[in-house]
Amino acid sequence: MSNKNFKPAWLDWIDRRLPVSNAYEKHMSKYYAPKNFNWWYVFGLLAMIVFVNQLLTGIWLTMSYVPSAAEAFNSVEYIMRDVEMGWLLRYMHSTGASFFFLTVYLHMFRGVMYGSYQKPRELIWVFGMFVYLVMMAEGFMGYVLPWGQTSFWGAQVIISLFGAIPVIGEGLQEWIRGDFLISGITLNRFFALHVIALPLVLALLVVLHVLALHEVGSNNPDGIDIKKHVDEKGVPLDGVPFHPYFTVGKLPQVVLFLFVFCGVIFFMPEGGGYFLEHPNFEMANALKTPEHIAPTWYYGAFYSILRAIDFPIFFIEAKLGGFMAMGGAIAILFVLPWLDRSPVRSWRYKGWMSKVAIITFAIAFAMLTYLGGQPVTALNGILAKIGTVIYFAFFLLMPWYTKIEKTKPVPERVPE
Amino acid sequence: MTQNGVNQGRRRFLYIATGAVGAVGAVGVATPFVKSWFPSEKAKAVGAPVKVDIGNLKLGEMVIAEWRGKPVFVVRRTPDMIDVLKSDSLKSRLTDPESNVDQQPEFAKNDTRSLSEELLVVEGVCTHLGCSPKFVPEVEPQAYDANWQGGFFCPCHGSRFDLSGRVFAGVPAPSNLKVPPHRVDGNILTIGEVA
Repeated sequence: MSNKNFKPAWLDWIDRRLPVSNAYEKHMSKYYAPKNFNWWYVFGLLAMIVFVNQLLTGIWLTMSYVPSAAEAFNSVEYIMRDVEMGWLLRYMHSTGASFFFLTVYLHMFRGVMYGSYQKPRELIWVFGMFVYLVMMAEGFMGYVLPWGQTSFWGAQVIISLFGAIPVIGEGLQEWIRGDFLISGITLNRFFALHVIALPLVLALLVVLHVLALHEVGSNNPDGIDIKKHVDEKGVPLDGVPFHPYFTVGKLPQVVLFLFVFCGVIFFMPEGGGYFLEHPNFEMANALKTPEHIAPTWYYGAFYSILRAIDFPIFFIEAKLGGFMAMGGAIAILFVLPWLDRSPVRSWRYKGWMSKVAIITFAIAFAMLTYLGGQPVTALNGILAKIGTVIYFAFFLLMPWYTKIEKTKPVPERVPE
Repeated sequence: MTQNGVNQGRRRFLYIATGAVGAVGAVGVATPFVKSWFPSEKAKAVGAPVKVDIGNLKLGEMVIAEWRGKPVFVVRRTPDMIDVLKSDSLKSRLTDPESNVDQQPEFAKNDTRSLSEELLVVEGVCTHLGCSPKFVPEVEPQAYDANWQGGFFCPCHGSRFDLSGRVFAGVPAPSNLKVPPHRVDGNILTIGEVA
């Protein structure tokens, strides 16, 4: 018996009752990742690490946090000042939120560059978008919990968005708030959703995202289908086992990421007012709106699109128009796999129009994100409108420019 | 309808019947979960009418009352302010100068949007996205309006309202500020009920 096939008795006992070894082989040691993975492929792993950080620190914060209008603000101050190392747990959680979005945005952009959403990976993309959508709800509700001024008024603005829906809008707002204005009742239900309901959904969606990925296999920067060329055992010639090659191979990048993450936690946990906004160090006051309300940076782009529609469109008033534009901007991401009609996946082999479109889109998205945190001025208003047009044009014109442009031939095998 | 001894028609009927009964059950089970999100009896009780003594409110000043957790602006307007509200030069800049949109009790469907011309009672909640506008009574040019005649300015998204809570055209807020049901007995203002 060769050492390789040796299996200890206890593992054999378990395997006959639960397919542990099978699962390990399927998802780790015999899951073949393309060997031309580059550093862009680390962000999914990093997002997963931050997710675990959020779960752990979140559970620990719950032990000292009190979800009530009277106590919430003070209990967060209690965590910051009196709980042993509470400040660290809280900053790990609040900084983690920003880094969760940062890694997911880069992970999504990787997918856009290399066409990772294309057939047969549509479902991976769709599950990923659901992850992103639930993250947005999760982040929003989490931000309400410290019950500061930005918590309160941010929630007021976001829930008021639903008031734009004709007929049922007003009643829907009251239903979401459970009160006539944001109150402790709203805070309590957001706590329940943030701490129990949405994390469960998120974890389930991440599992579906990964299962769907492992069914069809990972894409790669060249968009080559590595399953076309396999050896006599069915192992892709251009693949390497996920573990240990990917897991261990990406360790330096993980360590580098953790350095940056810790640097922010220790030296700029408020992120210059972008991660934790200054008015939030003042307790929620229903009678006083802060001078400047801005969403946290990771919602900035969609907030800019909301504000960009400040004019009526035919019979749709500006308020409803802004709400629809913002909803549409998120919804259109879901159908991306069906908008791209290019015969090749990666932008390396797409034509110049796709490359220009992707770069312009990235610049517009970054600009909209920045503008979302800025007050409305005449210039900002115009820039937000331009950004909004580019955002939608990227998607709506995609079926056209990916079809007519000339593509380069994709090599059969991964280039050396 | 029978294949290999299986009555397909009956089987289909049973599928649909079971599914339908299950769906009704699911709606029934969902009911308490959905209903528990509506404002509770306690929340409604806190939303009861409030009384405010306005005896000390001077001309041109504002007090903020709280009703249902929302700020309610109470302003005693000067004769000059009232004249501005009736002027065509102001009304031509408004979205809904005649208060046609149902944002006030019937008695407040006039230029001052109030019971008596002097006393304004409006909810201090911007009709755009719910921020609380600022009271800017001074008649002087502002960064957001060179021809400012006094009114309310919302810092969140730049919506402007005149001193009777009517919204200016070309701002994100779609409608006038809401006038809550209210009545005045001597010096006592009651917000939340009419009679």
